[in-house]
Amino acid sequence: MEQDSIVLRAQGLNVWYGEFQALRDIDLEIPRNRVTAFIGPSGCGKSTLLRCFNRMNELLPNSSVQGRILMEGQDIYASNVDPTEIRARIGMVFQKPNPFPKSIFDNVAFGLKVNGFQGNVQEVVERSLRRAALWDEVKDRLNSSALRLSGGQQQRLCIARALAVEPEVILMDEPASALDPIATLAIEDLMRELAPEVTIVIVTHNMQQAARVSYQTAFLMMGEDRAGYLVEHGATPEIFTNPKDERTEAYITGRFS
Amino acid sequence: MAGEVLKNIGAGTLHYRLSARKLVGTAAYMLFLLAVMVGIIGLVTLLVQVLVEGLPWLSPHFLTSYSSRHPEEAGIKAAMVGTIWLMGLTAAFTIPVGVGAAIYLEEYAPVNRLTRLIEVNIANLAGVPSIVYGLLGLALFVQALSMGRSLLAGALTLSLLVLPIVILSSREAIKAVPYTYREAAYGLGATQWEVVRRVIIPAALPGILTGTILAMSRAIGEAAPVIAISALVYLTFVPVDPLDRFTVLPIQIFNWMSRPQEDFRGLAAAGIIILLVILLSMNSVAAFVRNRYQARSEE
Repeated sequence: MEQDSIVLRAQGLNVWYGEFQALRDIDLEIPRNRVTAFIGPSGCGKSTLLRCFNRMNELLPNSSVQGRILMEGQDIYASNVDPTEIRARIGMVFQKPNPFPKSIFDNVAFGLKVNGFQGNVQEVVERSLRRAALWDEVKDRLNSSALRLSGGQQQRLCIARALAVEPEVILMDEPASALDPIATLAIEDLMRELAPEVTIVIVTHNMQQAARVSYQTAFLMMGEDRAGYLVEHGATPEIFTNPKDERTEAYITGRFS
Repeated sequence: MAGEVLKNIGAGTLHYRLSARKLVGTAAYMLFLLAVMVGIIGLVTLLVQVLVEGLPWLSPHFLTSYSSRHPEEAGIKAAMVGTIWLMGLTAAFTIPVGVGAAIYLEEYAPVNRLTRLIEVNIANLAGVPSIVYGLLGLALFVQALSMGRSLLAGALTLSLLVLPIVILSSREAIKAVPYTYREAAYGLGATQWEVVRRVIIPAALPGILTGTILAMSRAIGEAAPVIAISALVYLTFVPVDPLDRFTVLPIQIFNWMSRPQEDFRGLAAAGIIILLVILLSMNSVAAFVRNRYQARSEE
């Protein structure tokens, strides 16, 4: 993986919620235009780590971050960086599909609207829906409510909505955990299709999913004080067939969860 | 014994007693139905009585004349126009301030003791008797701020009275907007104001409108605080600007009802009909707006 270009780099990252330390000393590199998966038992801080990369964790009261996350050499936690700009450049897809109670079109156009897009909105909406493999299913009802779509369609709409503002990275927090197996496969296919153009970081409870879609896998665990730490990370085939750490092996072979 | 089903399950016996249990269920159902009927019958009786007494007095003359000592000449113009003015002004003050306060408390206010203190106080203010607001309005708006016994003073007083209702119900509506909408908007690079304006207000609007309707319905029927501010009944002009003196329907109705002559009772009933018509048309406008908004988001 030496020749990979690195888009995001966490250095000595520590996260607290009030007195409680949620993450300890995370050092991790996210390769550009690849899928990186975070796996680990519940409560190990995977989602917290994911949300650090676009500063969404700051929305929670009492959260504080120490350390750096570099994006193209710039620390996104530097005092002169506006989290709003970071979130426009690093999109996010959530565990439960969360389209706005607006039309399909307005959902995809939302990011364009708030980020001052001047140009052909129609064209961007169509392109985003095509990239999210949803266009053919919705092209005749762009003005009907997004809430009428099925769960899987809603999640692909959320991906289209994130894609519309051309983020360099999309963070996905267990994007398929609320979906049925067929919709899950559709999301996984989509991730593979998107990966050459956009960096994807995914949190998943499903190890087969991590093995199927990701290029790099990071395994996190919870310490005795319940703070999450990075056990190891590396090329996905390595992690799944030949892990360096016995705890990783114990986890992927299902000896604990 | 017939109807008594028993089943031995080892350590004891199950007594199903189905018919007795169903009887209890039926009795409960009847009680609840009775409770509903009390309300409905009361309302219908009231409406019928008002219609029977008031309809004969309703006429174009009644709507276009000022009050008078002679029942057959008396009309409701001043009070009707006064009420419409007062409601318009009250809504204009209450809605922006109430919704604004609710948005601040839900979206911006830090979670601390001061915020909690403010929240508890607002809840308590909703329970303060309306005459207290009337006296406050008299001291503050009429006298201290020298607005006189004007529409403006009356509307500000009523606004204070119903603000807690608008704030409380708007907060509930905002609280009901799923947190995931906020996350989605922030995740796309929206600022806090954009999240509030483009996501939270549209999603909360139906609930906010419902609360506002309730508040305005309360305000339109209030006589006590307006008596403290205005206390006028014989007005032979209609207000044309917010600094004019005024009277409102509840005061006019109250005045007519307290007269000894039978005819004034009919006039009072006719006045109540007008009050109800204004109230219902106000509510239907709000309901129309609300339904349109809901339909638009679900289509």
